[in-house]
Amino acid sequence: MSIYTYNGAAIIAMAGKDCVAIGSDLRFGVQLQTMTTDYKKVFQIHDRLFVGLGGLATDAQTLFERLVFRHNMYKLREERDMKASTFGNLLSSMLYEKRFGPYFASPVVAGLEPDGKPFLCGMDSIGALETAADFIVTGTNSESLFGMCESMWRPDLEADELFETLAQCLLSGIDRDALAGWGAVVYVIDKNKGVIARTLKGRMD
Amino acid sequence: MLVDESTVQKITILSPNIGMVYSGMGPDYRVLVRKARKTAQQYFRLYQEHIPVAQLVREVAAVMQEFTQSGGVRPFGVSLLLAGFDDNGPQLYQIDPSGSYFAWKASAIGKNMNNAKTFLEKRYSDEVGLGGLGGSIVVEAAGCGGGSSVGIEDAIHTALLTLKEGFEGQVSGNNIEVGIIGPDRKFKVLSAAEVQDYLQEVE
Repeated sequence: MSIYTYNGAAIIAMAGKDCVAIGSDLRFGVQLQTMTTDYKKVFQIHDRLFVGLGGLATDAQTLFERLVFRHNMYKLREERDMKASTFGNLLSSMLYEKRFGPYFASPVVAGLEPDGKPFLCGMDSIGALETAADFIVTGTNSESLFGMCESMWRPDLEADELFETLAQCLLSGIDRDALAGWGAVVYVIDKNKGVIARTLKGRMD
Repeated sequence: MLVDESTVQKITILSPNIGMVYSGMGPDYRVLVRKARKTAQQYFRLYQEHIPVAQLVREVAAVMQEFTQSGGVRPFGVSLLLAGFDDNGPQLYQIDPSGSYFAWKASAIGKNMNNAKTFLEKRYSDEVGLGGLGGSIVVEAAGCGGGSSVGIEDAIHTALLTLKEGFEGQVSGNNIEVGIIGPDRKFKVLSAAEVQDYLQEVE
């Protein structure tokens, strides 16, 4: 069994019109045993930037702490927040530095660029970067998540439509994954409205 | 007198959007150029984004400061002018051997710098408006950056006038250099022929 499926995760990020959304399930388990049902896998970096970390939870946590450290140092040095694209490249570099002893995490970055345009990217555990204009998924059953997104996503969704689309994709995808579920959390970042966080209940079994 | 003028090169490009010129000891300058270029590339490698002018200035200044305090080394015998364009617009910085640095609208370093700066003070116009800019750096004497409304042509013009003021002998396209950076964010060193054309306009 792969170490990437030890804890279980489902993460989706989607782009809309001047907005992005990112969400994850809430289950934290050890193999088939569910330990807690309030474990968010999406983290906020600043007002317009989130990162979702799937894979091995311990590595994801450490990676997130290092990312916060790097971002704090960057803010002190350059007196500004990191752009989403810059952050993606930084994360990619950090992961490749550990090419032969990687963090077993598969990240998704979602944010708004300074001009308000959405930025999405995903990568594998050694930092191979992939950018997308529509959506990025990762998790223990990414095929299902991918399939849902493929059929539901449309260009230029407004913030509330985007939330609905992402939420339905996530909840449906989760239903076909024994290692992820127990509700979900979704963050929508809108150019004008700021960040909106919503917690969802799904099939709580 | 007998030097092949085409081999003297004082303006160097550090990264696509930043150029530098010096006054002082040439060999010391080249050491700093190597360090600055490496710093710029390291930043680019990490973020896939060009280094902001202020960040490169800080890094170069930090190296120069370290050489005033470390054992077994001597300070760098150069003053620098860095011109660049980034998200914060056009910028011109001066770095001294002590490692202290300043941002200028227009500045001069080297021989006759005091006269040159007085001259720049009179000539420089600060109509911000269009955000056109000129940052031109010139050999040994003047540097001139700006946010003049007419833009880069004006900045070059002012820089050449300033340079001519304190120049020993006749200026020509072969014995001065001009570097420019505009909103296209590409630092360019003008060819001798281009400089000659601008000189014609000045006269």
